[in-house]
Amino acid sequence: MNALTPLEAETSIALGAPVDVTIDAVAKDFGDSPALFGVSLDVRAGELVALLGPSGSGKTTLLRILAGLEAPSAGRVLFGGEDALGLPVQDRNIGFVFQHYALFRHMTVFDNIAFGLTVRPRASRPAKAEIRRRVLHLLNLVQLTGLEKRYPTQLSGGQRQRVALARALAIEPRLLLLDEPFGALDAQVRKDLRRWLREIHDRTGHTTFFVTHDQEEALELADRVVVMSKGRIEQVGSADDIYDRPASPFVFSFIGESTLLPVVIEGGAVTFGGDPTGLDVNKTERREAVLGFRPHDVTLVEDDAPAIRGRIVATRRHGGRRRLELQVGPDHLRAEIDVEVGDEQPLGTLVGFRPQRWRIFPA
Amino acid sequence: MATPLALGRRPGVIPGFGLTLGFTLAYLSLIVLIPLAGLVVRAASLGWADFMAIALDPRTLAALRLSFGVSAIAALVNAVFGLVVAWVLVRYDFPGKRIIDAVVDLPFALPTAVAGIALTALYAPNGWVGQYATMLGFKIAYTPIGIFIALVFIGIPFIVRTVEPVLADLDREIEEMAATLGARRWTAVRRVVLPTLVPALLTGFALAFARAVGEYGSVIFIAGNIPYVSEIAPLLIVIRLTEFNYAAATGVATIMLIISFILLFAINLIQAWSRRRLG
Repeated sequence: MNALTPLEAETSIALGAPVDVTIDAVAKDFGDSPALFGVSLDVRAGELVALLGPSGSGKTTLLRILAGLEAPSAGRVLFGGEDALGLPVQDRNIGFVFQHYALFRHMTVFDNIAFGLTVRPRASRPAKAEIRRRVLHLLNLVQLTGLEKRYPTQLSGGQRQRVALARALAIEPRLLLLDEPFGALDAQVRKDLRRWLREIHDRTGHTTFFVTHDQEEALELADRVVVMSKGRIEQVGSADDIYDRPASPFVFSFIGESTLLPVVIEGGAVTFGGDPTGLDVNKTERREAVLGFRPHDVTLVEDDAPAIRGRIVATRRHGGRRRLELQVGPDHLRAEIDVEVGDEQPLGTLVGFRPQRWRIFPA
Repeated sequence: MATPLALGRRPGVIPGFGLTLGFTLAYLSLIVLIPLAGLVVRAASLGWADFMAIALDPRTLAALRLSFGVSAIAALVNAVFGLVVAWVLVRYDFPGKRIIDAVVDLPFALPTAVAGIALTALYAPNGWVGQYATMLGFKIAYTPIGIFIALVFIGIPFIVRTVEPVLADLDREIEEMAATLGARRWTAVRRVVLPTLVPALLTGFALAFARAVGEYGSVIFIAGNIPYVSEIAPLLIVIRLTEFNYAAATGVATIMLIISFILLFAINLIQAWSRRRLG
């Protein structure tokens, strides 16, 4: 397999003008199980957006609605201010890439990439020589020059996915939609392709949506991340927004590692299981809430000062530190904290800790 | 250096290559090769001149042309309509689908003589269907058209049952992909779906064709068996047998065997070639 090298500066390709996309209160029911509840989102032309969420969050359904492979039960979708839902999938002019490539196995790499051009009606179909020029150009862009006569079965997974991308780009799409594009590849190839996709995007400037359940991929690659759960958008924002200012306990727990504990706020203090935790908030009225913190944002409390206390039920090595799994509170909830290697104590020991950085969410 | 012999004996993850190959050869010999060899030996006792006389006898030639020609046409027609039946059974849900699914296999299960008698009753000049053909001025039963209908009847399950699983396994994403690239429905079917079905269609065609060439029971009732017109080669063999002319019977049989083998071998080569491309 030929390695991915940084793109050469002179590479230029003809591209469809990128459009901005408006998704307005789009809902989808499959029979009686709703998959999307009135989702709205505005995306600028040329933006690279990640739809991130666990399976069943509706992210793929939203992508397929944009493509025209599913029809929404309600709502509007606008491409560049024009209604897109009225257009059948064939006329939407979108480039779609599936997780498992969906290459045409009986066609060579060349014919796969040329497919979208060769199925055009005669009037708008480019001449043979022009199709050839474009295909070879795209092969160069995806760094597969010289492989045009191969069949898909003779390529590696990473190469197949690049053919799939070239095929999607060949029709000069207004919009690029990628459904878990790296999901079927191994970790190293995935990393290479991720960086390379970002470069391709910066060069071609397509408005791009990609679906992923891999937060690292989403945070690293996207201009904006759309976190979805159970058919709703939980938060839209940059990687920093999502990580540092999570809008909901779901986002907090889905992005990065975290512990969520039910707490009661009373007189400006946060109490857990009836005991003060040593954490203060500037609200005074009594209410129930959820405390969230990350394992690496805690300090151990040695003395009898207010703290969250629990027994160690498991320990494991976690990078440069050691992770302790604790049973905390009267309901024996799980909490995870990181301590320095050497600071740990035997299983069953009662330890106290206090989060240094933490967030309070409404219960 | 491993000798070819040692290579063949290298213990693999899947054991028993030698044993299973030996069994396969012995079994095939017992069931297929020895009876066929007996046939050839018997025919060989004829002598070349006699053999050629039988082979080039106009009645033999007419029977062979009819058998192979009508079988090929029937298998082709089955390939088209069997594909449609398989498509409907795989792609759509409708009431009674299970029943239709079972009906497809009936030609497998029915004694062929029963099928032949039923078809003759239908298509005879005074039958339910045949009477309308008579009104229009042509005959179905007792002509090659009748033979064609019988061969279509017995051949259809071969196409449906070989295409069906391949069609069911076909990734829907392939068709969705073609659509996002701008291909209209028919273009997608023609350029993306059908080419992937070609190996299965060829297999089904070969099976239906081979079955049709060897078919006897259902054809003899509807064919009318007029020499030079509607007399199939298998019937000619039986006629020679009833005349105690064993040499002539084995002669015709050997010719059938050779032609069938060449045709099936050719179809197999095309199949292997198209499968290799599909990977």
